[in-house]
Order: sequence, then C-alpha cells, then structure tokens
Amino acid sequence: MQQLLSTTLTGLTLGMVYAAFALALVLIWRSTRIVNFAQAPMAMVTTLVALQVIDAGAPYWVGFLVALVSGLVLGAVVERVLVRPVEGKAEINAVILTLGLFIVLHAVAGLVFGNDYQSFPAPFGLSGFRVGDLNVALTGFGIFTIVIVLVVMAALAALFRFTDLGLRMRAAAFNPEVSRLLGVPVGRMLTIGWALAAVVGSLAGLLIAGGSLVYPSYMDSVVVFGFVAAVLGGLDSPVGAVVGGLLLGLALSYVSGYLGAQLVTLASLVILMLVLTLRPGGLFSSASARRV
Amino acid sequence: MSAAVSTDGRETGTALDIRGLTTTYGAVRALDDVSFAVPSGRITAVLGANGAGKTTLLRTISGLVPATSGTVALGSHDLSRTPAERMPGLGLAHVPEGRGVITEMTVEENLRLGGLGRRTGTEPVPLERVFDLFQVLGERRHGVAHQLSGGERQMLVIGRALMASPTVLLLDEPSLGLAPRIVAQILDLLGGLARDEGLTVLLVEQNARSALSVADRGVVLSLGRVVADESAATLAGDDQLRHAYLGF
Repeated sequence: MQQLLSTTLTGLTLGMVYAAFALALVLIWRSTRIVNFAQAPMAMVTTLVALQVIDAGAPYWVGFLVALVSGLVLGAVVERVLVRPVEGKAEINAVILTLGLFIVLHAVAGLVFGNDYQSFPAPFGLSGFRVGDLNVALTGFGIFTIVIVLVVMAALAALFRFTDLGLRMRAAAFNPEVSRLLGVPVGRMLTIGWALAAVVGSLAGLLIAGGSLVYPSYMDSVVVFGFVAAVLGGLDSPVGAVVGGLLLGLALSYVSGYLGAQLVTLASLVILMLVLTLRPGGLFSSASARRV
Repeated sequence: MSAAVSTDGRETGTALDIRGLTTTYGAVRALDDVSFAVPSGRITAVLGANGAGKTTLLRTISGLVPATSGTVALGSHDLSRTPAERMPGLGLAHVPEGRGVITEMTVEENLRLGGLGRRTGTEPVPLERVFDLFQVLGERRHGVAHQLSGGERQMLVIGRALMASPTVLLLDEPSLGLAPRIVAQILDLLGGLARDEGLTVLLVEQNARSALSVADRGVVLSLGRVVADESAATLAGDDQLRHAYLGF
C-alpha cells in the first residue's frame, strides 16, 4: 500500500511535467507540423539563465519569471529567424533545423554556463509528509508542480477557446491560407505559438530542475518522455498531451517502483512502439488527421 | 470611381478595376494582360473552361498569388501590392474553391473568425444576421463544421465572408458538387445581396448557364486572356461564343 501510494504520487508529479513538455511539442506540431527537437535544450538554456539570476542574489521567483520570459523571447526568435525561412518547404528541413539547434544550444550552453552539475533551488519543500503510519510521497514542490501545470493548461485552454487571439491561432494552425483570407496574420500567429510553446517548455524545465542538478544535457531524457507522451495522447491534441503525459508518468513510475529504475527508458520505448503499432493516431487524435 | 454600364442600362460605379493583370507560374502565363472593370453592386461572372485562369484571377486579386504585372484598384488601393491578410479590412472577401470551411472549428467559431477581420470602420455584424439568411446554420451553431453537408458548408463560408461586411465578394465555384436546388438557392441569395445591399460579387463558375442566369455581366477567359466582356444577356445570346467557350 505504501509503495503503491508513493509510486502513484511520484508518477502523478512526473506525469504533469511530461504533460507540460508534451503540450509544448503539440502546440508547435499543430501549427507547423514540426516536432521541435530543440524544445529541451531551449528549456535547458532558460533554466540556466534563471540559475544565473538566482545565483546573483535574486529571489527564486525572479529567476522563475526570467526563465519564462527568456523562453517567450527565445521561442519567438527561433520561429522568426530560423524556422520562418524554411516554412512552406519540405517539413524535414525544419525538423533537421531543430536537430541542429539542439546541438548548437548544447554547445553554447556548455561554453557560456559550463558543463558542471549545478544545484537548482526549489521554492517549496522536497520532503513528503506522514498520515498516521503512511509516508505520503507528495512534496510541497510536487503539489506546486501539479497546481501550476493545471493552471497553465487551464489558461491555455481558455486562451484557445474564449479569446480572439486563440481563435486566430487555431485558425492559422488548421488552415493558413483560408486564415489569411479572413484577415489573420498567420506569420504573427505562428511566432506567438512558438513563443507560448517555449514558455510551457521552460516551465517544464524549471519543474524538472527544482531541487535537483542542472547541466547542459539535463533535459535530454525529458524530450524522449515528452515526445512519447505527445504520441501517446495524439500529436494533434492538447488534451491528449496532458492525458498522455499523466499516463506515461504513472506507467514509468510503476515500472521504476516495481521492476527497477534501469528499465524506465526501455519501458518508454515499449510504450511508444505499442502506441505506434496499435493506435498510431494516439488516444485522442483522429486517424485521418494524423500525419506520420 | 469610374463608370461602367450594367445590364439594366444604368450607370454604376466601378468596384474593382483590373488593368493589365499578368500572373505567371514559372514559364506558364496563367493570366495574360487581363483588363476589365467590375461594376459596384452587381454580379459579374467569370467564365471559361478548366485552365482558363479563373481561379488564378481570384487568387491574384486577393493576394494569395503575386501578380507579375498589372494593377487591381479597389477604390484608392492597389490590391496587387497588398498582402492577402489585409484584404478583408479593405472590404474584399474571397471564398476560395473547395469552400475553405475550417472543419475543426464549430459553425459559430467559423463565423466569429470571419468577423474578426471585418472592414475597417464597420461595426461587428451580429451572428443572427447570418442565421437569418441561413437558418440551418443557427440550428447547428455549436456543431463542428466537419459535420455539415456540402450545401451547408457553402452557406457557412458565404455567411463567414458576410461577417466581414465586405463591399466586394469573390466567390470561386460555389456550385461545385452541390445539388441544383442548393445552387439555385445560393445564386438567388447572391442576387438579393447585390440588389438589396449593394454587394459587388465576382463569381467564378464552371456552370456558365447558372452563372449567367443571375449575373449582370460576364467575362470569358481563355488561356488566361479575356476573350469577351459583355452583359450577361449578350453573352447568353451569342451562340458562337457560347459554343466555343461556355459549353452550352
């Protein structure tokens, strides 16, 4: 019972982080049909920028805000400067470009911030609590993680459903040509989409970093898990990204808790293969809308 | 605004003045020195066989395809140098071939989207105006657009275009794949909008007989060139032209 509760709560917390990261991937996939492999190093860079701010004496929350704003700017710059010139050409061009950016950001981060492991603070406690005889493995930071990811998802859902900006962004993603005819500045919508996705990715980077060690490749495994979560839910579906992230977090936590931590990466590969074989559109995506 | 003559013999202003418009795709001239005037508050049909350049003409006017040379004047604006996303603000709406419904959105969202880019200086058009024209859209306002039939989709894209309060509506093949009864309804509606509200319509149609039945003027394209620019009645009565270019 104790172990089941612990692994479930750990999986829930991890799943929320994977969900945030998967959501960042889905936001870009829906609008540009690009899997942004640079999402993880972009988040790594913004987290390391936040660490510099915090190490310079600023409060955690200032660093947190700096990371999100850095993500916003970085996402917009990447779309405007790097991705825009290859838009409308073969999609593989943009994918290769993001892989190139992955390598460049790693190299630049190593040069600027160093390759050493650095401790990243957490704004809330990292210990669980006891209820009677039970140790509840839900930390203050874990609760913060769950709450903030839920808040961000609700805010994004509200943005897309209830605002004119969200309507324009969705239209630009679904049908750029018709959107232009309706007065939607499609290029600007794509820039905003990339910027928002990078903010969500930066948030995932901060949540992974909280209370642990950061270094240029600390997000590399997250891109794998985030991608599996996005495919599990359906690359076209923000809701699917969230559900996929949660399911993956729980599944990998159970694997880690009951079968061994060394099998976690293998398990994610097995889940990816099963999804691609049995339901290639993912849990929430229509088969006809899916492009592989 | 220069003058043009409509079928009823009355002078009317020119809504769109197209001069020397040429559009090329690589070495192919899809439009070759096309010139004609589109009278305000009238329906002008653009006719011709497949590959005549009809769709390219609309896509060039609305900025989706860059003109190689020539001008398209809408009032004081030269549309040939204007990006597509600025057209609705200037009063030009384009309903593309294949209808252009955003199928992932609801009927209401499609209509709201149409209103976001409305003509500069105009008040928002209430959704109810479109629902008055097309009752079925009101009944399905919360349904996802991919559930609509072909005719309902055509109504939706016309309604969506009207949400922008356009002065000029470009309509590409509205009859494509629709039952004759639905086509007649849509053409009647366009006639009413032109007659009662002064909407200018540039209608591209394969079905020349239907188009000429509702249009005031007709422009016939062949291999990207204008071969006739007459009143609809004159075109319909010209046996030689009908047999050579219009297929009826």
